[in-house]
This record gives sequence, structure tokens and C-alpha cells, in this order.
Amino acid sequence: MKRTALWLAVVLFGCSLAVLAQTGLLINGAGATFPYPIYSKWFDVYHQKNSSINFNYQSLGSGAGIRQMTEGTVDFGATDGPMNDDQLKAFQDKRGTQILHFPTVLGAAVPTYNIPGVSAALNFTPEALAGIFLGKITKWNDPAIAGANKGVNLPANDIVVVHRSDGSGTTYIWTDYLSKVSEEWKNKIGKGTSVNWPVGLGAKGNELVSGMVKGTPNSVGYVELIYAAQNNIPYGTVKNSEGNFVKADLASVSAAAAGVAKDMPADFRVSITNAPGKTAYPISSFTWLLVPEKIQDAAKRDALKGFVKWMLTDGQGYAEALSYAKLPKEVVAKELKVVDNIQ
Amino acid sequence: MAGSRSFISKLREGDEIARLITFLFAASVVLITFMLVYELWINSALPRHKFGLHFFVTQVWDPVMDQFGALPFIYGTVVTSMVALFLAVPLGIGAAIFLAELAPPRISDTLEFFIDLLAAVPSVIYGVLGVFIVVPLMRQVIYPALNKPFGFLPIFKGPSYGVGFLTAGIVLSIMLIPYIISVSREVLLSVPRDQREAALALGATRWESTWKVVVPFAKTGIMGSVFLALARALGETMAVTMVIGNTPQIAASLFAPGYSIAAVIANEFTEATGELYTQSLIALGLVLFLLTFVLNGLARLLIIVTTQKGSKVRA
Repeated sequence: MKRTALWLAVVLFGCSLAVLAQTGLLINGAGATFPYPIYSKWFDVYHQKNSSINFNYQSLGSGAGIRQMTEGTVDFGATDGPMNDDQLKAFQDKRGTQILHFPTVLGAAVPTYNIPGVSAALNFTPEALAGIFLGKITKWNDPAIAGANKGVNLPANDIVVVHRSDGSGTTYIWTDYLSKVSEEWKNKIGKGTSVNWPVGLGAKGNELVSGMVKGTPNSVGYVELIYAAQNNIPYGTVKNSEGNFVKADLASVSAAAAGVAKDMPADFRVSITNAPGKTAYPISSFTWLLVPEKIQDAAKRDALKGFVKWMLTDGQGYAEALSYAKLPKEVVAKELKVVDNIQ
Repeated sequence: MAGSRSFISKLREGDEIARLITFLFAASVVLITFMLVYELWINSALPRHKFGLHFFVTQVWDPVMDQFGALPFIYGTVVTSMVALFLAVPLGIGAAIFLAELAPPRISDTLEFFIDLLAAVPSVIYGVLGVFIVVPLMRQVIYPALNKPFGFLPIFKGPSYGVGFLTAGIVLSIMLIPYIISVSREVLLSVPRDQREAALALGATRWESTWKVVVPFAKTGIMGSVFLALARALGETMAVTMVIGNTPQIAASLFAPGYSIAAVIANEFTEATGELYTQSLIALGLVLFLLTFVLNGLARLLIIVTTQKGSKVRA
């Protein structure tokens, strides 16, 4: 009897500790996996500045984020691909208010390859990339590839294409770009986080794509820029809309966003692939935070507004250390005006 | 009924309470199964209405154009499981026979320890081993060995990328062997001693008594272990998705990349946007459930038929 009482006391004490640890405001969010590291950092820093506000973010994927927002189970969402009109309408119908998109940082997809005997950085034209992923260009020494890589000894081997098997924002960026530069891709396959790939092997996650490319001779695949940079994976350059072969890095990715800043739609749902600009990297994209326009709970509303404002100003300073390209000034200015619309 | 006590008064006895509680536990398992099927059914209504039975024979899986078909995944699931069983069953039963009948007890116990360890290894570790060991092995050793002499056969035709149906089958078979060995060994050990002694007394050799008397006696248990292994193979997710190539296609060659139901659900479910897409994945889950159900039903049928033929052997 005494033993039971003792255990009961221990359990109750443990529970009360857990409860105490969660005092203050808790704001739940779910969504994209790509920005998870920078979001974690931001939530942690913001909590240290405002100790009564706790953010809980689950990186379940963009699709899950949009779904949970529409169901109303989370206070904010995050997505690598903007919501389409049907999803916007579904949210409006179900939750009775509009949803706002806020670009937070930038990401990019880079082509990585493994050709025995080739250690140089290859240049890829849009036609070459589209042809390879459509299965039209089947050998490495095809003129479409060789033409941009004079001086590189490309073998006559069959190209093995590797793509993502899991739904992903990186695939969204890649297929969005291919849809813009290839009419055939746009009509036959289209863009999405998962598509019906005409050729190629599927691998789960950036890790397995790069692993498969590394282990399979004559292969080509695409990975997230940050992943390639942090793991020292060699990748090629891509020709942008002005004809320059650009290697993806923080500067060229931010340049892509700056290129479209002037003509951005008011709701920020814009694709910045193949953006204008001499130094712009053509396969870049925003990632967005999703916040409802009307929030009933006043405390949560003020906390979210405060966070978004901080994220757009001080928060951007943390992005580059984690290898995320930050938003250009013009975009930040536009977003700050929209934050005040949250009521 | 005159003279019977009321339910409440019966409950006062410990026996009746125990009976009721254990009945409820057993019933809850059945209830959970029904709820599972019910949820899967309800949440896959859209593709059922849109595609009907065509869902089972369509080969296209296109999330952008909203066209979904289950056939490549059913094919991949069945093929990899069959390859896995083809490799694992002889190895597993052979090893079980050795451990139960022919090995000295100390070796048998030591090996049993390792087999239990193997059975406890998580699936994703097998996937990693598959990627780092089996895939290069396939590309450098197994493919040349099979394709050069037998490349005219449809199942060994074509190029190999390292990943594919055969690689997935091999990795799966490694996962199944511990299950088959464990259960078969237990069943073989439980064959009564007089069966063996009677065979030996009649002049049979050690091997003859094992193969002709003990193993047939344990037949139903061994078949049970095979179907347990099959059930695991059908649902195996991480190990398969890492080595199968994740390409929804139907190909005769075992070296071709493919896809399985569990793999596509694991890959695409979290990012699936759009009702038809999500519900099609749930419909695939229902298909897998039905597949497992049908195969388990066939297993039971097979066991019943063979026990009736043997007549004196109890399951």
C-alpha cells in the first residue's frame, strides 16, 4: 500500500512538472520539411526573447500542413509550394476566412551527376535538362549536353535518371522549372510535389537521391541546394533566362527573388523559377508560412503577427548561417504591409 | 430457462468475471480489425466512385492529372514477396531442420540466439544494408552472373541499375529467414519422440526419419511459418522502398525497378494534396489489406486440406 502511494506521488509530480513546463501561450504549426532547420532556430530565438510564447512546429510535409490548416487543427502552416485556387477556396469555405501566404526564405534545386572520368562542373541548358528528364536525351555525349560543355570528354553511356520518390517541395521546384522551359513537359507531365515521371529511378529524400547518384555510374539527379552544400556534393550550373550559366549559391538564389519582386502578385503566390536577372539562379523558389487572415484568439493573433514581423526583419539575419538564402528587401517591405491585414 | 441465475449474480464468481474480461479482450481485436477496414473503406470512396474496378487494372499513377491505378503496385508487391519466399523458404526450412534434428544442442541454442537477434533488427536497417551491400553486389556480381548466361529468359533480360525487383526480393528474404527458422524449429522440436524412434526402429536412417516422418508430421506448422513470413513480406515498407527503385511499372525482368503498395504509401502520403490523391493512397492500403486477407485465407484453406488428407495430424 505504501509502495503504491509512493509511485502515485512520483507520477503526479512528473505530470505536474510537465504541465508547469508548458505554461504560457502555445502556438501549433505544421508543414514543410525543407525550412524546418531555420524555423526551429527562429522559434527558439523568439521564445528566448518572449518567454511566454511557445511554438510547436511539426515538419509533416507541405501537403499535411495545408490539410491541417484547412481542418483547423493548427494555428499556422508552412508549404514549399503555394496553395492552388481550389485549396484556397476549400480553406475559405471551411474556416470562413482567407489564408495569407508569407514567403520566409528561399530554396533551390541543383543538378548532381556521376559520370566516370568527368570531374568538371557541367553546364546544363534548359533543353538538356528537359530532354534528359523526359527520356528524350539518352546518352551523355548527346549534342544538347556536349554543346554547352566544350572541352569535357563526355562518354557515350546511357543516362540513368534519378528523381525523388517521396512527395517533396524540391520536386515541385524542379518540375515547375521544367514546365516553364519545356512545352512538352508542361503538357505531358506538369508540376507537383509528386509527378508521373517518364523515366528514372525514385529514391526517398535528398539523402537517398544523392546516395543513388553517387553509387550509380552515368546517373543524374536533383537535390536541394542546402543539402548539396552541406554535404559537399558536386553539382552543375544551369543556364538562366538571360543566357548565363549560373551556379546555385545564396547570392544567385536571392537574385532570382529580387528579379520578380517588382511584379509580384499581392498574395505572394508566385513561382520564381527561370526568373529574370543576370545572376539569377533559375531553379529557385520561396517557401511560405500560411496564416489565416482572421484569427479569433487575440493572444495567438498578436503572437503570430509579432513573430512574422520579427521573422521578416531580425529573423532574416539567421538565415544565411544555416545556408538559406534570405528574402530581398523589396519583398520584405511588401510583406510587412500585409502583416497588418491579420485581424 | 427455469433455475438459471441472472447474469449479475453469475458475475459475482471470479471465473465468470475472468471469462467476460478475456472475452472482451478477444472481441476488441476483432472490433479493431473491422474498424480498420471500415475506415479504409469510408476514406477511399472517391477513387471507388471515379475509377470503379478499373482501379485494379490501370497502370498509370499520375498525381498531377489525377489518374490513379493500382496494378503496378500490386504487381510489385506480389513479385517481391514471391521472390523473397522462393529464396527464404528452402533456406529457412533447411536451417530449421538442421537446428532441430541434426545439430548438437549447444550449437542449436547458440544459433537460435543469433536468429532471434536477426528477427529483431528494424526494417530500416535492412534497407540501409540493402543500399550499401546488396545493391553494389547486384550490380557487380549477381547481374553479370545471371544476365550473361541466362539473358535470353524474360526474367533476366535487360540492364540492371542495382535496385529492382530482385534486389528487393533478396533483402526481403533475409528478413524472412529468421521467422521461418524460429517457428519451424519450434514445430519440429515439438514432434513427439516416439515418431522418430518408431522410424529409426523400423530401420530408417537419421535423414530418412527426419525427412520422411518428422517433417511431414510438422507440415502444418511449417506452412504456418511460411505464411507468417509472407504476411510480413507483403507489408514490408522501408527496406523495400530503399532498394526497389520506386518506379511504378510492370516489367517481366527481375532486374527492372518497380514499386510496392507499402512503399508508395510511405513515400507519397504525407505530401499528398487533393482529396482524390489522398483517397487513392488509402484505397491502395485497402487493396493491400485485401491481398493479405486473401493470401491468409488461402493459407488456412491449404492447411485444412492437407490436414484432412493426413487425417491423424492435428494443426
